[in-house]
Amino acid sequence: MPILEVQHICKTFGDTQVLKDISFTLEKGEALSMIGTSGSGKTTLLRCLNFLETPTSGKILVNDKPVFDSETAGRMSEAQIRENRLHFGMVFQNFNLFPQYTALENVTLAKKLIEQKKPEFKANKAKILADIRKQGEALLDSVGLSAKMGNYPHQLSGGQQQRVAIARALMMQPDILCFDEPTSALDPELTGEVLKVIRGLADQHATMVIVTHEMQFARDVSDKVLFMDDGVVAEYGTPQEVFEHPTQERTKQFLTRYFEG
Amino acid sequence: MEQMPIVVNALNVGFLQTLKLFFVTLLGAFPLGLIIAFGSMSKFKPLSCLVKIIVWIVRGTPLMIQLLIIYYFPGLVLHNPIWGGGEAGRFAAASVAFIFNYSCYFSEIYRGGIQGVPVGQQEAGLVLGMTKSQIFFKVTLLQMIKRIVPPMSNEIITLVKDTSLARIIALQEIIWAGQAFMKGSNGISGQIWPLFFTAVYYLVFNGLLTVLLGKLEDKLNYFR
Repeated sequence: MPILEVQHICKTFGDTQVLKDISFTLEKGEALSMIGTSGSGKTTLLRCLNFLETPTSGKILVNDKPVFDSETAGRMSEAQIRENRLHFGMVFQNFNLFPQYTALENVTLAKKLIEQKKPEFKANKAKILADIRKQGEALLDSVGLSAKMGNYPHQLSGGQQQRVAIARALMMQPDILCFDEPTSALDPELTGEVLKVIRGLADQHATMVIVTHEMQFARDVSDKVLFMDDGVVAEYGTPQEVFEHPTQERTKQFLTRYFEG
Repeated sequence: MEQMPIVVNALNVGFLQTLKLFFVTLLGAFPLGLIIAFGSMSKFKPLSCLVKIIVWIVRGTPLMIQLLIIYYFPGLVLHNPIWGGGEAGRFAAASVAFIFNYSCYFSEIYRGGIQGVPVGQQEAGLVLGMTKSQIFFKVTLLQMIKRIVPPMSNEIITLVKDTSLARIIALQEIIWAGQAFMKGSNGISGQIWPLFFTAVYYLVFNGLLTVLLGKLEDKLNYFR
């Protein structure tokens, strides 16, 4: 049973159809890289998974349970959307850390807010908060930032900020972690440290969807590669299939352009 | 020189009225400005249009005219003098005019502050499962405050001096008190220096405000 099933997703902005009948599945523990030219719809698709955009039509299932269905989408309550959204984590191109909070507070804030709303919070406040703090510290440690927990985002490099953002997403224990061009806003010498963290997650079999322009990385790390072109899935398969034996002319052209510069 | 204590006493009384008008205006215009800001950003077009027209009229006409209209219009035109007589009535009318006027200026500052927070901040909150109100209070608000402190400081300092416009409806603020010594007050007449001397009050008070607001700005400088 696939962990993620995307069925016939379409998305239109005004007169432009950005996604045209997108369908694919992803197994638990797999890393999927989405590649393609700018404007092909990769980011929009990722944003649909996180409910930052509402698909015009189609269905999204997680563990066989529909989390989005365009036919019933209008009737979904905000609380339901919030709950469904937590199946997915999201790491943005521009990190989007909260500037007024330290690295550790960035990681723990959302979890604290959720726990505070539970009825048993008051009785066990100190313990719950200490647990959250411990989890946050462990996550920051795992992305190599144990020395930077008390720093504010503007005191961190881009690579460090993005690693905080990854820890922040992991804190919510999403089923599927999404990355929207996680290294595109970084100086070239800082991409390595972020890719290393993502590679580490892949080694631990985290389920991930990664929109990226780093072809070598996509090839090394992913279990599946999805090539998008003009709003459709042009190619979907293992890295070997997509990179070495592409079936479509446009995939070949894209890869040739990319690897030959 | 023996006039000094008499003048200072009278000016102090006037300045107290100035301060009252200043604080009442801030107290009213801070929240009302936020409401107007949300109105002007509303997705419901008729509301946002209406609010924008009101803001245009209020910002596009002199506060002095607004004071005169608000104070005299009900009594002289509608024959329904809602403000009552005396200093209390003048103060109530002046408060309404100032709060309304300053709310409109503040609303534009708020709007700039709210729209200046990158949309990515909201999206980051959303994907972490936060509610809209959690995002506003825990994520956006402080960033917004940081953005509005400098332009707000400007408006607040302008407000201190604008309170003198209430002289036009004979509110007994400090300019009125200073001017009284020209015509005659407390046994002193034909003196213009008390009027000039009122400037010292404004200057000192604004100096104090500048320091305080600067401190607030520094306090918010721990993040960018």
